[in-house]
Amino acid sequence: MTAPSRRSLFQMIGVVAGSAAMYHAMTELGYAEGSSFEGPIKLSRPPAGSSVLILGAGVAGMVAAMELRDAGYQVRLLEYNARPGGRNWSLYGGDTYTELGGATQQVRFDPGQYLNPGPWRLPFHHRGILHYARRLNVAMEPFIQVNYNAYVHSGSAYGGKPQRYRQIQADFHGHVAELLAKSAKQNALDQAVTKEDREILMQALQGWGALDQNYEYKKGFASSMRRGFDVDPGGGIKSVTLPSEPSALSDLLRSGLWSGIAAGHNYELQSTIFQPRGGMGMIGKAMGAELGPLIEYNCKVTDIRQDGQGVTVSYVDSRNGGGRRTAQAQWCICTIPTPILAQIPMNVGPRMKAAIDQLPYLAALKVGLQFKRRFWEEDEQIYGGITYTSLPSTTISYPMWDYYAKGKGVLLGAYTFGRPAYLAASKSPEERIQDAMRDGAKIHPQYPAEYENGVAVAWHRVPWAMGCQGAWTDESREQHYNNLCALDGRIVLANEHASRLAGWQEGSVTSALDAVTRLHARVVQP
Amino acid sequence: MMRGFCVVTLLMAVPASAADTPDMRGAPFAMQGGEAVYRGVCQGCHMADAKGASGAGTYPALAGNPKLAEPGYVLSMVMNGHRGMPPFGGQFSNGQAADVVNFVRSHFGNHYKGKVTEADAQALR
Ligand SMILES: Cc1cc2nc3c(=O)[nH]c(=O)nc-3n(C[C@H](O)[C@H](O)[C@H](O)COP(=O)(O)OP(=O)(O)OC[C@H]3O[C@@H](n4cnc5c(N)ncnc54)[C@H](O)[C@@H]3O)c2cc1C
Repeated sequence: MTAPSRRSLFQMIGVVAGSAAMYHAMTELGYAEGSSFEGPIKLSRPPAGSSVLILGAGVAGMVAAMELRDAGYQVRLLEYNARPGGRNWSLYGGDTYTELGGATQQVRFDPGQYLNPGPWRLPFHHRGILHYARRLNVAMEPFIQVNYNAYVHSGSAYGGKPQRYRQIQADFHGHVAELLAKSAKQNALDQAVTKEDREILMQALQGWGALDQNYEYKKGFASSMRRGFDVDPGGGIKSVTLPSEPSALSDLLRSGLWSGIAAGHNYELQSTIFQPRGGMGMIGKAMGAELGPLIEYNCKVTDIRQDGQGVTVSYVDSRNGGGRRTAQAQWCICTIPTPILAQIPMNVGPRMKAAIDQLPYLAALKVGLQFKRRFWEEDEQIYGGITYTSLPSTTISYPMWDYYAKGKGVLLGAYTFGRPAYLAASKSPEERIQDAMRDGAKIHPQYPAEYENGVAVAWHRVPWAMGCQGAWTDESREQHYNNLCALDGRIVLANEHASRLAGWQEGSVTSALDAVTRLHARVVQP
Repeated sequence: MMRGFCVVTLLMAVPASAADTPDMRGAPFAMQGGEAVYRGVCQGCHMADAKGASGAGTYPALAGNPKLAEPGYVLSMVMNGHRGMPPFGGQFSNGQAADVVNFVRSHFGNHYKGKVTEADAQALR
């Protein structure tokens, strides 16, 4: 084994273990904060006739509506779409989706297949959204984040051949453990580790890294018990077992693939993660059914006005335009995404207005691909989980339901943010699907022969969201976050963008509960 | 070890909010020239014909938009964003930003006078 440079070693440890800079990036995105959900809220009874108008029937709007209704408020929701849920949304065969610009996609998935164009996973500690799902009897099944038999892939490493997650992780741990053990043996760590602790450390490294009796990570039974064998042990008289050869350290470092084994270590992506059976959209559907006639669909809000008595909202039929109608209430909770809300006249103070105006939504892309057979299971023994690649498609994920089914399956063929997602929004849905097919075929050569149909959702083109989630930075949060969340007269905002759990439904839930609680306090204040 | 060797890492090492990506930026935009930048990025929202689009909200048309008369305004929108428009200062080079501003102000039926320069873009950083 050749010694790697210090710099590259630190770089890889930094990526895998999480450096200060990365922690910084994570908190900036609101990710490192836990949920503030503290159990169901209990509001006192408001004065008779108290009324709240809720704009938007996504998770935030509907959670607010359920709680306010249960407390005794008169509640009414106006929703642009013809369905409840907002970004909580699944696409099934038979659905039609028209994006901004007019491109219309007919979803042609088979029954039982679906794509979650937006949210798809629920960490176990997102207790708020899980509480409402449970209250409404939405069935949950496990979401597989880490699959040791899925791949990490880079077009420029290992000849472009995808590597099993298991092998890259085992080799990375093994090599790092060996290097550390070597340093410890040479007393290079004496400043950091006492003599007594050194023995313990050596023992720990041997176990953690699958090192042999000489503290070396090399081909043999110990390392193959982590990374897998060339020929697995089996039964009977002719059984032979052939261990596999670990990657050389230098190849591993230069591959960059070590960056693909860290995702599942992160708090938001640690087991157990859940997904609603039948699609994430089941939660929105259940909330919509619970609220029934309180939600008015096909209502495009165009103006929001408050005065000393109440709030008046103008809206039009979102499908056919037509005349302006108005709705009135004493109070208003507005959950409309900020890129849209920024354009709606609303007489709030300059601080809230500035906070809304400065908050665009990020780009994101998801592509769903239906294949004739579940070749990833049949040929490659991949059951659920995620493959990460350096290609623009970034993420390929395998259906986490109906394992071993003989029929078809829908893959998540691309899930990407940032620049690749911007580029995708500028393309037609067909081109986005072609791109995902081109990338995916480099990992799964079965793609072209097995492909049937697909659907591609670029979030800046989603007519009722205009992006995927609020694009906060450390600086903008410092300056605007409290102003965005503060009650302005009779209006308060709720949404994932009014939370520190940006881009999570838990952010929508906790934001809604906080808005409701503060509004209620204002209503009942003596 | 080779000098200047660049390790290609996967984008998704650390989840960031709902994303799996550490910084969610991806590889730098490669396209050069105003038209290529417009076709690659801007038409995602402002559309191929620069006429914008409308749903629950609106992406404004750039074609025939009198606000484009003021070049500094357009450049500032590109660099800093506002009202749903993301800031592209962190994503575009000065050249890409200036080129695309000059492109939209002189295409799609627009004939606005004056040009912005890379130095103008730099001044907004
Ligand atoms: C690609 C992607 C991946 C994600 N992954 C996850 C995940 O794995 N797990 C997770 O928990 N979360 C995830 N999220 C985040 C999650 O989707 C959101 O946090 C949540 O669904 C937002 O709910 P909301 O009620 O706050 O906003 P929305 O759902 O956006 O609700 C706003 C509502 O307002 C309506 N509206 C808009 N304009 C108007 C108007 N003018 N008049 C009337 N109504 C209007 C909209 O139609 C919508 O129904 C993801 C999001 C995306 C896009």
